[in-house]
Amino acid sequence: MRLRRSRLYVPGNNPSMLVNAGVYGADVLTFDLEDSVSPGEKLAARLLVGELLKEKTVDFGRSEVTVRINPLSTPYGKKDLLEIVCERLEGIYLPKTESEEDVIKLDELLTRLEEEKGLEVGRIKLFAIIETAKGVLNAYQIASASKRLEAITIGGEDLTADLGGERTPDGMTLFTARQMILLAARAAGVQALDTVYSDIKDSDGLYQEAVTVRKMGYDGKAAIHPSQIEVIHRAFTPTEEEIEYARRVIEALETAKKEGSGVAALGSKMIDRPIVKRAERILERAKAAGLLSREE
Amino acid sequence: MEWVINGAERRIPVEIDGVKLLPYRGPFVTPPQRERKYGARLYHLSRPGQQKILRSIEEAVKRVGLTDGMTISFHHHFRNGDRVMNMVLETLERMGFKNLTIAPSSLFPCQEEVLLRCLKNGVVKHIEGGGLRGKIGRYVSEGNLERPVRIRSHGGRVRAIEAGELHIDVAFIGAPTADEMGNLTGVYGPSACGPLSYSMADALYADRVVAITDNLVPFPLDRFSISMEYVDYVVVVDKIGNPEDIVFGSLKVTSSPTRLKIAKDAVRLAYETGYVKEGFTFQAGAGGISLAFVNFLAELMREKGIRARWANGGTTSYLVDMLREDLVEYLTTAQAFDLTAIDSMRVDKNHLEVSIGFYANPHNKGTLVNLLDLAVLGATEVDENFNVNTVTYSSGYLAEPVGGHSDVAAGSKLTIITVPLIRGRFPSVVEEVTTVVTPGETVDAVVTERGIAINPRREDLLERLEGSDLPIRDIEELRREAYSLTGGKKEPPFGEKIAALVEYRDGTIIDVVREVKT
Repeated sequence: MRLRRSRLYVPGNNPSMLVNAGVYGADVLTFDLEDSVSPGEKLAARLLVGELLKEKTVDFGRSEVTVRINPLSTPYGKKDLLEIVCERLEGIYLPKTESEEDVIKLDELLTRLEEEKGLEVGRIKLFAIIETAKGVLNAYQIASASKRLEAITIGGEDLTADLGGERTPDGMTLFTARQMILLAARAAGVQALDTVYSDIKDSDGLYQEAVTVRKMGYDGKAAIHPSQIEVIHRAFTPTEEEIEYARRVIEALETAKKEGSGVAALGSKMIDRPIVKRAERILERAKAAGLLSREE
Repeated sequence: MEWVINGAERRIPVEIDGVKLLPYRGPFVTPPQRERKYGARLYHLSRPGQQKILRSIEEAVKRVGLTDGMTISFHHHFRNGDRVMNMVLETLERMGFKNLTIAPSSLFPCQEEVLLRCLKNGVVKHIEGGGLRGKIGRYVSEGNLERPVRIRSHGGRVRAIEAGELHIDVAFIGAPTADEMGNLTGVYGPSACGPLSYSMADALYADRVVAITDNLVPFPLDRFSISMEYVDYVVVVDKIGNPEDIVFGSLKVTSSPTRLKIAKDAVRLAYETGYVKEGFTFQAGAGGISLAFVNFLAELMREKGIRARWANGGTTSYLVDMLREDLVEYLTTAQAFDLTAIDSMRVDKNHLEVSIGFYANPHNKGTLVNLLDLAVLGATEVDENFNVNTVTYSSGYLAEPVGGHSDVAAGSKLTIITVPLIRGRFPSVVEEVTTVVTPGETVDAVVTERGIAINPRREDLLERLEGSDLPIRDIEELRREAYSLTGGKKEPPFGEKIAALVEYRDGTIIDVVREVKT
């Protein structure tokens, strides 16, 4: 599955931000038609993002190109889809996802649109944003609802409001929800992505939070300002010891394979599937951070 | 009119107003055209009891024998807080002067109203020098002056003065502190402006020198930038400038994420090519990207434990902070950009004031720019030959100064141009710049938010950058991307008349600026 350490939200109604979105090296770009666009601007943003994707003039580098549409329960959601589904779109983030029906409905709409537009069916991925208590409790069903679904993510601000709490520096408000979403994601075999850190000036706070969620097991974190990308990447970059360990795991596995042995071991420790998986994830992140040569 | 193609591949007239023009041939090709420096006139037999203090500018004007058609000069250390030029021009207007030439080191919006009036009513006929922005830039670009303005770099202005090509009849020098003998400094006084660097050549080579001060002190001054040897009179007035308005233009670190990225990549480029190392020297101008560059550079130096021998300014609080933190051993200042810089000059013995000749005159026996390892400069446009424009935008109007741009680019071992690839709807990287100010052979790299282009002449840099994950790209590729995002560059509606000549620092002509048809 694709590397998604950082995911930058870009307001869909701001032409210069949209045009420049690709220059910061975010793993994922999410052009936003939902919360950062006021009702009066919805149409303009939808057309702007639609044009941007269809025109192909703007290069987004290696970033995955996605759009956060409005919920399908609003008057905007379906219209958003009609405008943005095209060759260049790689993924859709569905906000306020509360049940597997929400995902299934989007999947069906998308399939129909792909057929109508002559696009390869199933290529566009889905990502569910869970931001209500109900959504959290249905997280596993949501995460398993579609083959297109590659990650679930938590919408911190809305969820906090739904819980009736306040966000605190130690993250306690969201602790259980983060755990549940991670459990659901892993059980369903998809990625778990964390929410935004809203104080754009506090890069230390962002770094701490990003390190915490990485250690929990999260695959990435969202950003609301380009300056946050580098900090997030730093937090998701493995340490030298981790890289060294991961290399040794992969080496041991390969030696075992060569020797025809079914069991690989590192020192006295058996290397089983989860250890290999973890090592691969570390190396992938190390490579993304430019710490490994291209061949590795 | 007869034309030639110069070394920057620009069409240059062979002569103008009966004066032969030297075409630009290369940054270090054309030697001085005269054997000796120009000399100021000898006037005085200094006697004991000599009185230099005068009560009014009018009296000074009478005493120095200013007549119609003469050339007068001013410095721009007060930037947008200058009152001296307006005071002098209004006096001359009242006295009925006509056809004067002004030769300021730069011009600012605070002078527009009075200067425009004086241009229209004939008090001022001509302008010598750069800094043509705002309404004055527009006025010149619309072809309203009889003769073309010669746009010069800071170093080029001093060269022209020393060569006698820019003859100053009377220099009016705003002096934040003067003693009664005319020793002058800018670091003391209620209107302190920092150095008096721009006036140093004027003081030496003008026929007559009038200091204008609002802070007269008894002889001697414990330090001075301009000596009484060169000063005819000292006029005392109420106020010569507003130091708060020295802060003009973009003197804050940019908050634009694209510009921050440009600054950060420029620092990485300088480091990865080996120019940021113990004992190195650098200059970064004002402007949001340059200031961000200085901040990121300081971060890197702190992290790697690297100290610079000196940095040159255009000095801001950001450079002063580096001096205080001992990341930089010495600061040299030719211009203060804020009050912190002025305070630092006053108290820090490692903060040195330098003249513009010392800083940038190419016909000196030694000049600071030639000692620079690293320079970061801005641009209005850059082209596929790495030529840089700093004076006109794509509208064709003169809008920005040259400053020391071409001087620093010529001298520095690594010259980096930082520029957003697109500004609004216009590309900044173009096939051919509207006006060449700094020739491409003195520029080593262009850093934009969408990639870095290295001048192919610098194969050594490309080698050093092999394996780097900096986004190194071909300049033509960057240009194509800029055009595809903006729809390309449109030729401004130029007319035939030449509104300005861009004089390279060595006195040759590198380009012409045509009038814009309205």
